[in-house]
Amino acid sequence: MSEPGTARLAESDVVHVAKLARLAITADEVERYTTQLGGMLEHFADIDSLDLSSVEPMTHPLPLSNVMREDVVKPCLDRGEVLAASPASEDGRFRVPPMAGEA
Amino acid sequence: MSIPTTRSTSDFAGVIALAEQIRNGDRTAVDVVEEHLARIDAGNPELHAFNLVMADSAMAAAATIDGQIAAGNPVGVLAGVPVALKDNLCTHGVETTCSSKILQGWKPPYNATVVDRLAAAGAIGIGKTNLDEFAMGSSTENSAFGPTRNPHDPSRVPGGSSGGSAAAVAAGFAPFALGSDTGGSIRQPAALCGVVGVKPTYGTVSRYGLIAFASSLDQIGPFTHSVADAAVVLEAIGGHDPMDSTSLPRPFPSVSGVLDRGVEGLRVGRITDLPTGADDDVNGRLDAAFAALEAAGATIVDVQVPAFTFGLTAYYIVAPAEASSNLSRFDGVRYGLRVDAPSTGEMMAASRAAGFGDEVKRRIMLGTYALSAGYYDAYYGKAQRIRTLIAQDFAKAYAQVDVLMTPTAPTEAFHFGDKGDNPLSMYLCDLYTIASNLAGHPGISVPYGVGDEGLPIGVQVLAPALGEPVMFQVAAELERLASK
Amino acid sequence: MTMTAEPPEAAAHDVDDDVDIVNGYELVVGLEVHVELATNTKMFSSSPNHFGDEPNTNIDPVTLGLPGALPVLNKAAVEHAIRIGLALNCKVQPSIFHRKNYFYPDLPKAYQISQYDIPMNIDGFLMLPDGKRIGIERAHMEEDTGKSTHVGGTGGRIHGSEHSLLDFNRCGVPLVEIVSRPDIRTSEQARMYVSELHDILVAIGASDAKMEEGSMRVDANVSVRKPGEPFGTRCEIKNVNSIRSVGRAIDYEMRRQIDLIEGGDTVIQQTRHWNETDGRTHTLRTKEDADDYRYFPEPDLVPIVPSADWIEEIRESIPVLPAARRAHLSTVTGQPASGEAISVVTARGQDEYVLAVAHLGGDAGRALIYVKEAFADGPDVPAADLAVLTRLEVDGRLSATQAKTVLAELVANNGGDAEAIAAAKGFEAMDSSALESVVDEAISADPAAWEKYCNGDQKAVGALVGRVMKATKGQADGKAVTAILQSRRDA
Ligand SMILES: [Mg+2]
Ligand SMILES: [Zn+2]
Repeated sequence: MSEPGTARLAESDVVHVAKLARLAITADEVERYTTQLGGMLEHFADIDSLDLSSVEPMTHPLPLSNVMREDVVKPCLDRGEVLAASPASEDGRFRVPPMAGEA
Repeated sequence: MSIPTTRSTSDFAGVIALAEQIRNGDRTAVDVVEEHLARIDAGNPELHAFNLVMADSAMAAAATIDGQIAAGNPVGVLAGVPVALKDNLCTHGVETTCSSKILQGWKPPYNATVVDRLAAAGAIGIGKTNLDEFAMGSSTENSAFGPTRNPHDPSRVPGGSSGGSAAAVAAGFAPFALGSDTGGSIRQPAALCGVVGVKPTYGTVSRYGLIAFASSLDQIGPFTHSVADAAVVLEAIGGHDPMDSTSLPRPFPSVSGVLDRGVEGLRVGRITDLPTGADDDVNGRLDAAFAALEAAGATIVDVQVPAFTFGLTAYYIVAPAEASSNLSRFDGVRYGLRVDAPSTGEMMAASRAAGFGDEVKRRIMLGTYALSAGYYDAYYGKAQRIRTLIAQDFAKAYAQVDVLMTPTAPTEAFHFGDKGDNPLSMYLCDLYTIASNLAGHPGISVPYGVGDEGLPIGVQVLAPALGEPVMFQVAAELERLASK
Repeated sequence: MTMTAEPPEAAAHDVDDDVDIVNGYELVVGLEVHVELATNTKMFSSSPNHFGDEPNTNIDPVTLGLPGALPVLNKAAVEHAIRIGLALNCKVQPSIFHRKNYFYPDLPKAYQISQYDIPMNIDGFLMLPDGKRIGIERAHMEEDTGKSTHVGGTGGRIHGSEHSLLDFNRCGVPLVEIVSRPDIRTSEQARMYVSELHDILVAIGASDAKMEEGSMRVDANVSVRKPGEPFGTRCEIKNVNSIRSVGRAIDYEMRRQIDLIEGGDTVIQQTRHWNETDGRTHTLRTKEDADDYRYFPEPDLVPIVPSADWIEEIRESIPVLPAARRAHLSTVTGQPASGEAISVVTARGQDEYVLAVAHLGGDAGRALIYVKEAFADGPDVPAADLAVLTRLEVDGRLSATQAKTVLAELVANNGGDAEAIAAAKGFEAMDSSALESVVDEAISADPAAWEKYCNGDQKAVGALVGRVMKATKGQADGKAVTAILQSRRDA
């Protein structure tokens, strides 16, 4: 992949990212996303010069901790309702095409 | 001084008024629901505020409420009042789509917490409103089911992403609506549609059952005709929810009681280093609002929030990054669209390609890139540090002032297709709203007259976390000043 | 089945010598062990954590990754995880959760909520029974995935299957992943590590740790090197489903890697699958197509910051651990702590019982052996009754053979008066002078055997002992008879 901050994005980057994101994309889209995402990364260059090494990242807007629940069973969803709303099911389970080749 | 107005939305009865009439027996809930359904029938085909109108269930719920009132049973504070729900809020057994093909036809097996709370308060769901697909957009043009039109001028957008909710209230389809605000998605359409819109403090309204866009930014809030109505709605839906780990362990700050206190002695901040880009008429309305508040007894204080300007970049890294992860669950396995393919991997990739629209894909790509190996520190990590910077700068400003005031959106409602091909120009719609999402702070947009083209303009009041009382106090005064 | 005491354990040796060198190569192993926690509910939702139910019955919006669902952390899972950390001598620190993003049909959200760079427990160790110390790098919390079944093709294998079926009952079950340092140097140590870890987890009640049900799963990172050289390239072995397989898989993989290197090839970093049937490891995937997991802090959850008080409270709930129990039992019984009898009896949780027998005046050494041999299904014999029996034997009033008969009777009747049983069976105390005269009679009766025995033919002793047994109707203690014969011969 290209260097961060150079705001250049190769088509190979877009292909790689689409694979990570499990998005089938056409050659047209590869070209379009390369241009558009590249443009956005260029725009993001406004933060390149900021030295933030002494600033803590904010993972949360709130200073909460230790949010926990008691270990008590509650009613489950109805399997029939859930499977009926699924694309495919069989024997009380969700059915998918062969998984060979899945990483 | 009189402020020019467009088609007035105050022609429609508000939440408090309707609830009172129904409770007092002046009107039945059935009558109220019928009236709103009639307006929907007449106006929604053009405006497309709703993806789904829940006429039958609304009528049934109204009859139940009327029965309870007739029997002298106690009813909730919102009893009989119709509500329009953004179509990213889960409603048990009622189609919930996020305006995406990938979820078309999906009926959740559970309710969002806010939906349960509204029902407990007696409010009646009247429909699911259109949005930019998965709340990604600022114009509601990105809906897979067609755009929503602005009731003030149907050739223009209502703003977004909660454009359907804003339009529904502005058009009188419902006296209030819920939306979600990740970077301005309540406040910006509220401004463009001339209604009140609130994004409360992060953690004050449960996100359980809100289909996530960016988890650390998303917050649910109301659209109403008045500041007072917004206060009542927030008090009904807010407060701690054990189903949301990021929900604050406290009730929603009480705001209804502060609305008539005026602004005497309050300090209202003007951000002198605010990013430029707002139209002159927008800045003009903001200046008028500052002048009016000053005349009403507030002190206007110039402050600086230097990091505000980096908010846009931080937002357009953080939000897509979280979204790329949140939207990965739409894989064609358990619910939603599936495109058949010879293997599960291909099925997932094909389903997602077919189910997501262009803007959603673009943000998933951007977010995936920002989190990928070797880029995390340069993008996501850095953006999260900018959030801290923004919060620190806000803290310094709030040491000097009680609230800050900015434009809500840089322009009046624009025409369809105006933001065209360049996604960045659309992103600039959120220039003034995203900083409070990044910091977790509350913000409210209050209509304050119209611009050059005769369309509504909103001003935004910002406050520190849990600063809703003072924010509402100022907003209520602005509302009074606007109608003078 | 013998009822002899354990042979004394080989003296503990210096741990640095504790390596097997094969063809000049040293084995280096680190283990990653996933254990399912013994909670009522899932890690982040309130559906049951229960094995073996009908598919997709223990499901809720969070488990299925439904749109809008949010995780809420199970307090009991956190307590178990802290308990595991403390039992493994870890530092328990404030921690956060990350999302590990990857697409797989058994992972509904397409991310696993896991702990990444700030795990709950770090820097611990586990002592093997032989005294070798294995470092624990971390023990962190994460959620389990669902289960897929492959239909069509051969034998439920993923390759060649026509489609797959998904059950999400296991999805969201709380796990702790215990990552050892690469301190393991022999496959036997690896087995001991897993066995000891199992016993600790069961003892503290954090998991039932059943490898056969998948509630304890072992991945082995295996590499080889010439002693003193840096670590070699490692392969991760998955699907090791029993303690026996841990040893076999590591031995196989070590051999494979040595053969590769000796044959001029290099070891490629990859994930390999242990096949129990053919006894080999097979390539699952190589490092090149390793995922980019795009870890980032889970925004739907907040940090866990356990207070010192809470940690102490959890520490106090931890019972005496197997190693300490074995040491105690060793002191009381005089048997080696790492010997089979103590290991077995402690693992079964019967050490308390043996101690009770000793406390009631019984002989702890004999009690240990009785319990190990006869109480596999749990002792239903009052400790006091067993105490009486051990005394009868060690006081010489019953032979070992007689004691065994009485023990069988006690087990069959869930207890009883050992003395009365012995009397009813006609077992008499035979004093040593009486026994000596019977032995002398046997020698006179079979001088040929005696001759052979005196000339060093050990087999001849059988004939003499047999005569004594016949004369005493089996009541004589075989060992005592042999001892008398020996003293007569050596006199
Ligand atoms: Mg691992
Ligand atoms: Zn793991």
